Amino acid sequence: MIQVEGLEQRYGGEVVLCVPRWQIAAGEQWLVLGPSGCGKSTLLHVLAGLQRPSAGMVSVFGKDLIATPQAQIDHWRGANVGIVLQALHLVAHLSVRGNLRLAQYLARAPQDDAAVGRALEALGVADKAGRRPAELSQGERQRVAIARAVVNGPKLLLADEPTASLDDASADAAIGLLFAQAQRSGATLVVATHDARVKRHFDKRLDLSP
Amino acid sequence: MNLATLSASYLRARPLQTGLGVLLLALGVGTIVGALLVVSQLESRMGRDARGIDLVVGAKGSPMQLILSGIYQLDAPTGNIPLASAQTLAKNPLVKKAMPLALGDAWRGFRIVGAGREYLEHYGAELAAGRHYGKSMEAVLGADVARRTGARVGSRFVGAHGVAGEGEEHTESPYTVVGVLAPTGSVLDRLVLTPIESVWDVHHHEEKEHQAGHEGREKAEDEDREVTVLLVQYASPLAAATLPRAINSKSELQAASPAFEMARLFRIVGTGLEALRAFAAVLILAAGLSVFIALYTELEERRYDLAVMRTLGASPARLFGLLFFEGLLLALLGALGGVLLGHVVAAGLGVWLAAAEQPAVSGLAFRVEEVWIVAAALAVGAVAALLPAWRAYRTDVSRTLAQG
Repeated sequence: MIQVEGLEQRYGGEVVLCVPRWQIAAGEQWLVLGPSGCGKSTLLHVLAGLQRPSAGMVSVFGKDLIATPQAQIDHWRGANVGIVLQALHLVAHLSVRGNLRLAQYLARAPQDDAAVGRALEALGVADKAGRRPAELSQGERQRVAIARAVVNGPKLLLADEPTASLDDASADAAIGLLFAQAQRSGATLVVATHDARVKRHFDKRLDLSP
Repeated sequence: MNLATLSASYLRARPLQTGLGVLLLALGVGTIVGALLVVSQLESRMGRDARGIDLVVGAKGSPMQLILSGIYQLDAPTGNIPLASAQTLAKNPLVKKAMPLALGDAWRGFRIVGAGREYLEHYGAELAAGRHYGKSMEAVLGADVARRTGARVGSRFVGAHGVAGEGEEHTESPYTVVGVLAPTGSVLDRLVLTPIESVWDVHHHEEKEHQAGHEGREKAEDEDREVTVLLVQYASPLAAATLPRAINSKSELQAASPAFEMARLFRIVGTGLEALRAFAAVLILAAGLSVFIALYTELEERRYDLAVMRTLGASPARLFGLLFFEGLLLALLGALGGVLLGHVVAAGLGVWLAAAEQPAVSGLAFRVEEVWIVAAALAVGAVAALLPAWRAYRTDVSRTLAQG
């Protein structure tokens, strides 16, 4: 269960994000919708505990992200939150397998090759385990990024503009993968996008359009 | 994966910068370690050779030359002194022990030294084979001489004129090897030892040939006998105050103190060493700068990696640790490489010195100071990594990710 109350994020006096009230039940799939610059990414960062809001209350699965010390939140995020970024940001000099191990190491999770193998298998990129990100296609890289986000079995899966710069078919496939992976690990899914094509996949939406 | 492998993976990802940092550091550390090893070994070896010898008396000339030729058998002798003067001096009550040496010839680059048994005993020499020499033209070989020439008890050889053996050979007067010494770690290892009479006989023989027909020459020879140096041990510390001055002022003799001359020599060498150390310190600082620049410029490219690591659960402190450890790892590689390099340099110099029949230097000896040098190199790496690590600590995830 995720609860947001009176959330406000200001940059230099300007309010960039305002969410008066938002509740997500465990296992739901949500779409955060709005044009660029409406604070979608900021909202995801707040939910992940990467950024503290200027005001308001945020509780994610019982974790008070406002009151908890940052170091504890970092640890909690590693174990409980998977994040897929628009630019993917795979670590270039590590192999696909290395990128997933990095996620396990940084989350202080057991470094379990079987879990790495399962995550890659589930996303159909098990045969790319030894490759560097640069050797993969864009679609394969996105699958690896999703695998990295789910390898620790997160309770909350966040995706920031996962379909930007993808054609229709790829965009559908990406959303399908996120649904499947969220379901597989029983995770709550929150996708932030300005991409109208994605709308029809979600019945729960938070519209941040001004 | 752990901190070490993750740091190492980043070092491997930019081999040029890593290589440059490691190379500069290794050169700096290697220079210091190499100089330390060589100088300390030469110092201790020279100290051992000069132990128990308070004064070297020989012909007038450079006192440094007298010490180098008389004790270390390195430089050319300053000349000869009459045996009678040496004997008079030896009877002085301030003199406890006086060891006359006669130089002049060499065999295959090893000096032939005419000396009494007390010279061998002074260095605690023990026979590895054969017996001590008894009469003229018998020779005992130092351990290095026997090893490098392959000569054994019973071998015969002829000396060549000059301490480097560059002159004509004394083919008329062959030596017979009667003994081989066990290694002493002293100057004896590099010497061919023989009774003083051998040296006299060889040159007497030659002179007789050259001056054939001159009647009565032989008797005069006996009275004109000469030695090259006299190694003196004082009977009391009082001797240091009076004896050298007495010798230097009154006669054709010259007295030089090994302690004083060696201190002078190492002061001269020390200036060069200081310059070398300063140069090495500059190298190490340059290495620190290259580590800093490598890490700092890399930050720009790495900011997404760092931000992603935060999303994967890394705290700012762990990002600091990652960068800091990278600097430290680089410094460790450079320092260990430098220690290895220093020992290789010392070993190489040892091989070269051994080939030139000089005192040996080993690359396998270790000095406790090396630990401090490694620690200093690590400190340089740590300091160089501080600012980049701090920048990593301060990574603003949201802003960084918003940019890409």
